[in-house]
Amino acid sequence: MNKTMYEKIWDSHLVHEPEGGTPLLYVDRQLMHEVTSPQAFEGMKLKNRKIRNPHSVLATMDHCVPTKKEARAVLTDPIAKKQIETMAANCKEHGLNLYDMESPNNGVIHIVVPEHGFVHPGMVACCGDSHTATHGAFGALAFGIGTSEVEHVMATQTLQQKKSKTMLVKVDGKLSKFATAKDIALAVIGKIGTAGGTGYVIEFAGEAVRNLTMEGRMTLCNMAIEGGARAGLIAPDQTTFDYLEGKEFAPKGEDWDAAVAYWKSLVSDEGAQFDAVVELKAEDIAPQVTWGTSPEQVINVNAPIPGPNDFSDKIKSQAAASALKYMGLEAGQSLTDVKLDIIFIGSCTNGRIEDFRAAAELLKGKKVAPGVQAIAVPGSYLVKNQAEEEGLDKIFIEAGWEWREPSCSMCLAMNGDQLAPGQRSASTSNRNFEGRQGKGGRTHLLSPAMAAAASVAGTFVDIRDWD
Amino acid sequence: MQPYKKHTSIAALMDRSNVDTDQIIPKQFLKKVERTGFGIHLFHDWRFLDDGITPNPEFELNKPAFQGAKILVAGDNFGCGSSREHAPWAIEDYGFNTVISTSFADIFFSNCFKNGIIPIKVTPAELDALMDEIRANEGVEFTVDLEAEKLTTPGGIEIKIEIDAFRKQSLLEGLDDIAWSLKHEDKITAFEEKHKQQLPWLWK
Repeated sequence: MNKTMYEKIWDSHLVHEPEGGTPLLYVDRQLMHEVTSPQAFEGMKLKNRKIRNPHSVLATMDHCVPTKKEARAVLTDPIAKKQIETMAANCKEHGLNLYDMESPNNGVIHIVVPEHGFVHPGMVACCGDSHTATHGAFGALAFGIGTSEVEHVMATQTLQQKKSKTMLVKVDGKLSKFATAKDIALAVIGKIGTAGGTGYVIEFAGEAVRNLTMEGRMTLCNMAIEGGARAGLIAPDQTTFDYLEGKEFAPKGEDWDAAVAYWKSLVSDEGAQFDAVVELKAEDIAPQVTWGTSPEQVINVNAPIPGPNDFSDKIKSQAAASALKYMGLEAGQSLTDVKLDIIFIGSCTNGRIEDFRAAAELLKGKKVAPGVQAIAVPGSYLVKNQAEEEGLDKIFIEAGWEWREPSCSMCLAMNGDQLAPGQRSASTSNRNFEGRQGKGGRTHLLSPAMAAAASVAGTFVDIRDWD
Repeated sequence: MQPYKKHTSIAALMDRSNVDTDQIIPKQFLKKVERTGFGIHLFHDWRFLDDGITPNPEFELNKPAFQGAKILVAGDNFGCGSSREHAPWAIEDYGFNTVISTSFADIFFSNCFKNGIIPIKVTPAELDALMDEIRANEGVEFTVDLEAEKLTTPGGIEIKIEIDAFRKQSLLEGLDDIAWSLKHEDKITAFEEKHKQQLPWLWK
């Protein structure tokens, strides 16, 4: 039978399939951060259970971590401090590999894991974090789980999982110069909706996806969850192998050759059937900007902001009305007339070296608009150091940006970096939900290059005809 | 986890779609290292005025008729966004043990079962009928009978609860998932032995 990549990974990890019950799926790698793990460790302690395979875990601290050097040295929030200390104590007790705040490898979990080659094609990986979907870029089945499931994986190295349906999202053709992986992700979500992928694992394919770098593929798979999907997947190829080769946790020597041969066998078979197929033409994808409070409320940067009357569906129409009210926008308004207060480049979606290069390219010799605060938060110390080696930090700083330390930062605003009520931001993060970046805060999602241009103009710009 | 028993309780109406986990439990409350005590922060930004303490009279769950509700009836795509289990912890701690909607985000849906909450999926027509019945009679009580897989209302609506046998049993008995999986430890060990031979580099 012709199988999809998802089916191949599923079949190779099936431990037990009880009659009428939920299958047990083997988990190769578990990723951890400080927010969703403490209660799982507590549960283990209460039941006197041990972590089945401590070597399968990689942990970091990222959500609560401040982005200013002096604030990192002394955590002033006592609850955040306790969470950080609890994480360190738990990792020590169970012998887990932790990139703590002092580690040169510290950073956002979904940035540091690939940097060290910890997740490979064909693996099943999970984390108490919805953006675990990122690692699908390597052709691994990677998805977010709740804390009870984190504990379940710790104790059993398995998960009780139901098999998902499969969706093929095919993006054929070549992207235009200023369209990026972020724009593909937003365009796909705009097309299928935030619940369009519910119950599915999406495989991204087509020429435009093949042509993406690993960084771009991670951005795209990262946002599969915003389309409601369990996970995103991209078939491993030479781009994947070149990225992984030589990384700390990648196979070495003879193992490398055997691994590559195995990884090549994971690709979906010709003629494999998907439960749903969505097709987009890369040429049609313009730079995207969200206008509402859901990632599906997204338009081409040069399109007018829609209103309730533009949606025939009653629920979408009501959602548009309440989003416009919350965002302080009007139907028909142009994004290029919308004034911005804060610009943020970072997060597990767009906090990689390529993102800072793309932004720096547009910032060279330019200045941030008066009254605008612009914050660059590299996704890890490796990204930060690389950017500094290339002199990117100087370009940002000379343009008037703040060059900060790694953290999740203003993506979920747990570390003090947040919007004040009514403040409007252009952000390279992944969610524009009401209040996510601070009560009353208004967030528009876009690509790093678009964010950089917006910081200079103080409003959104169509970078395709920007000087 | 407490066993799920048949109950007749007030059904509260939340006529909003895409209720996300950031609204269910905003991020500033995720710093605790315990599982308990999240109920007072449920829907914090909607539920309280800007001072963070005074109940917002405009917010639906603050209506006197909905106090003590165990059943929450909400719009499409409930629980989307983050994987935070703090969301069902807050819902359960507030007092709900049943959430009804036309669809749920995947991770939130699984998280519910780990915390003694039944997420009941209904059709758009069924949801409209349930919402209409609440609007016509705020404070109306619905009956959830998991054993019989049935949701019934005084207005005569009867909906079959679709749930797989394993999850049903776990809820009814308040079972520990991990204990169930560990009963298959021999199969896990056998799988690992095979996996080690096939993909040895994963184990180095």
